[in-house]
Amino acid sequence: MLKYLVGRLAGILPVLLVISVFVFGFVHLLPGDPARLVAGPDATQRDIELVRQDLGLDKPLWVQYGRFLGNAVQGEFGRSMKSKRPVSQEIGERFMPTFYLTVVAMIWATLAGLLIGVASATKRGRWQDHVGMVVAVSGIAFPSFWLGLLMIDLFSVKLGWLPTSGYGTWQHFVMPSLTLGLGVAAVMARFTRSAFIEIAREDYVRTARAKGVPARLVVWKHTLRNALIPIITMVGLQFGFLLGGSIVVETVFSWPGLGRLLVDSVNYRDYTVIQAEILLFSLEFIIINLLVDVLYALANPEIRYS
Amino acid sequence: MSTAAAAAKAVDTAPALLSVEGLSVAFDGEHGPVRVVDDVSFTVAPGETVAIVGESGSGKSVTSLSLMRLVDYAGGRIVGGRIRFKGRDGRERDLATPPAEALTDMRGNDIAMVFQEPMTSLNPVFTIGDQIAEAVMLHQGLDRKAARAEALRMLEKVRIPEPARLLDRHPHQLSGGMRQRVMIAMALSCRPSLLIADEPTTALDVTIQAQILRLIRLLQDEMGMGVIFITHDMGVVAEVADRVVVMWRGRKVEEGPVERIFQAPQHPYTKALLSAVPKLGALRGQDLPIRFPLLVVDEAKADATPPAPPVQDTVRAADAPLLEVRDLTTRFDVRKGIFGSLKARVHAVEKVSFAVRPGETLALVGESGCGKSTTGRTIMGLQSATSGTIRFDGVDTATLDSNGQAKLKEKIQYIFQDPFASLNPRMTVGFSVAEPMLVHDYVPTAKPGVSRRRAIEERVAELLTQVGLKPEHARRYPHEFSGGQRQRICIARAIACDPKLIIADEAVAALDVSIQAQIVNLLMELQATRGLSYLFISHDMAVVERVSHRVAVMYLGQIVELGPRRAVFENPQHPYTRRLMAAVPIADPSRRTRDLRLLTGEIPSPIRSLGDEPLVQPLVPVGDDHFVARHAVGGDF
Repeated sequence: MLKYLVGRLAGILPVLLVISVFVFGFVHLLPGDPARLVAGPDATQRDIELVRQDLGLDKPLWVQYGRFLGNAVQGEFGRSMKSKRPVSQEIGERFMPTFYLTVVAMIWATLAGLLIGVASATKRGRWQDHVGMVVAVSGIAFPSFWLGLLMIDLFSVKLGWLPTSGYGTWQHFVMPSLTLGLGVAAVMARFTRSAFIEIAREDYVRTARAKGVPARLVVWKHTLRNALIPIITMVGLQFGFLLGGSIVVETVFSWPGLGRLLVDSVNYRDYTVIQAEILLFSLEFIIINLLVDVLYALANPEIRYS
Repeated sequence: MSTAAAAAKAVDTAPALLSVEGLSVAFDGEHGPVRVVDDVSFTVAPGETVAIVGESGSGKSVTSLSLMRLVDYAGGRIVGGRIRFKGRDGRERDLATPPAEALTDMRGNDIAMVFQEPMTSLNPVFTIGDQIAEAVMLHQGLDRKAARAEALRMLEKVRIPEPARLLDRHPHQLSGGMRQRVMIAMALSCRPSLLIADEPTTALDVTIQAQILRLIRLLQDEMGMGVIFITHDMGVVAEVADRVVVMWRGRKVEEGPVERIFQAPQHPYTKALLSAVPKLGALRGQDLPIRFPLLVVDEAKADATPPAPPVQDTVRAADAPLLEVRDLTTRFDVRKGIFGSLKARVHAVEKVSFAVRPGETLALVGESGCGKSTTGRTIMGLQSATSGTIRFDGVDTATLDSNGQAKLKEKIQYIFQDPFASLNPRMTVGFSVAEPMLVHDYVPTAKPGVSRRRAIEERVAELLTQVGLKPEHARRYPHEFSGGQRQRICIARAIACDPKLIIADEAVAALDVSIQAQIVNLLMELQATRGLSYLFISHDMAVVERVSHRVAVMYLGQIVELGPRRAVFENPQHPYTRRLMAAVPIADPSRRTRDLRLLTGEIPSPIRSLGDEPLVQPLVPVGDDHFVARHAVGGDF
């Protein structure tokens, strides 16, 4: 297992290198002069030259890349063009709110999706299945901005139970995480149901019944443990997407997260922030993929030993 | 009172362990419920082995699943009859009436089951030890530690080498034979009074099958269990059964002691079935292969003896060999790690040499992993050879340009094992048969003034007729046909371009015996009319004895014995050939193996580490055209 982990971690490095080349190239691939871009629209030719020297843009490309990589490894991405604050600080402040929101949403959505999916699969074709799947399809079809607005109207404006927006106490988490998780829960429910039905047909499930294993254990032990393998992949993918920050949910609830930062930085053409954000999202996906693979190996002994 | 009636009376009064009375099982179909088991009755006494035989669709597996009410979980339900079972406490219970979930205390405890597919019947995510211990903990109330000790004891009982190490292993680390032993250990862990074995050896190699059959008999004697053996293999029936229940289309058509069923079958279906069973040794004293003397169910009624089938004298021995394979070696690299470094090699085929003459059938026999299929695939060009030469029609195939290669594929055709997977489900049968002609731009001979399209259509109709189908079948899709019919379609496709050689890779292995015999006869008929040569790849010694002129026995990638069929079968020289022959169950209860000694041993793996080249000894002549490898490979047992 340890050997497997070390091998997988070593495999990450080349991927990160390739991504860093793309992110580095991003500024250079944009039309126009990066120095002019950084210096801003009102800069004089002298200012631009100064910026060019300051950023090292007059050096050969490979030297620039080396510097970029060296800085990136230390978490140094320059300053935001908009706020003039260090990019690392800018992103650092926004990362945790998004991360917490994602974790809360993922936990409830995964549990609810699993429960609905398993219930639908075991009661396949009966009313429980139909109800579960109608709920799941609505969850996918329901636009999250609308759901968010409806909830604000009901719980904040009419009932006054929850704050309309912002970030701070646990009450602030309720509506955003519900809104954010709904789609995930729906997808999970459908996915769990089909994975579960497939596994329930396997010969070893019949073997478990032939041994006299009671129905409850057949479902939660013999079937679910095997169905988990595709489900883990799904959870990983969804988690990765949510970590990027949901633009809609963060906007509706004024959540100070990465999604809104991304929108803002794109609007202001804040390239240093965009650069750092791309690098961060890539890193998140890589780490999640690694975690998924480790979980895979834990769930499936065949992967563990090969 | 006649003796037969007395015997029947004796069975009636014997204290039955299980007595099935008028069992009917239905599944919901598109047009209402479909009865797949209809009014079936039989009994099993303690210590007795009852075989339920039948072909696919006979309802034998559904019957076995019904006894434990597992059929309820597969969408079926019992619509009539009783299943009276006497438990260990002496109380009798009708298993047909309570809800299926109420019987969990009985399943795996009083009645246990072993299934056909050892590769998929064990849960891949739990260890062997946990899976065996689970049943013990459920039914005997032992704690985890005691259950584990019991699991270890059961693994010893099924004669698994190093059982303690196996406890913490996962199923994928074991071979099929080992997994089936684990299944048996699991089934017997609560000392059931009835064991239901549903085709327990069908997926296994013959030498492993012999081990498992003996093991079941030995444990039955030790534990005094009743055993129900579900099988389609009459050889296995003759080997294990005390009594036989023959099922056909959901009904019991015949029942009786095993000797009576084999010697004096009463029902036409039983007669037809027995006529189709290949029996090892059936062609003793014959130089040439002979087709199956087949009875069909309708004819069998009138006590008809089928006409003596023609002898297969098709070899044109004077002609130059059609296919010559010399020192053929095919190896696969095993790469591991993130950089994919070469760690080992699969030595699939090692210095194999043989020739196939025009009109001849050469059988390539051996167990799984012996390299027989790889040899076929390499000749066909589906796999590239590591070294060695393949000459077809006098031309070295390695020297051919791409045009010549295409021409070669036209003259060598392949028939695969699985007729369900080898036809494109979205293409009509007619298109599948015509496709090789279109690909190879083959122009069938036609009357003048007929377009090519029309000529191909006529040719397809003619081919379908030749393989025993109807011309109008060309417009249908594969799912409308049975397995046997699909294999006929595959044969029509294979002969479409007038090939000279057909490589039949386990072409009849997936078919029911009666269908298998028909397809074998069809292949032999086509050989007689078209002068075809066959490379017949098979694991089934009895079928091989029927079809082949010469036989090559493969073991671990090498040919260990090669010779005329009669010489190899009647005077096997290599110890592996003898072992293979001895392992085949013979469909004749009077020739049952009395030797109950346990057989052990696994089929070794052809994977070898780098630099560890296998030793290949040349074949030396031991008789007329009969060669044997004089080395220890596969020997010493």
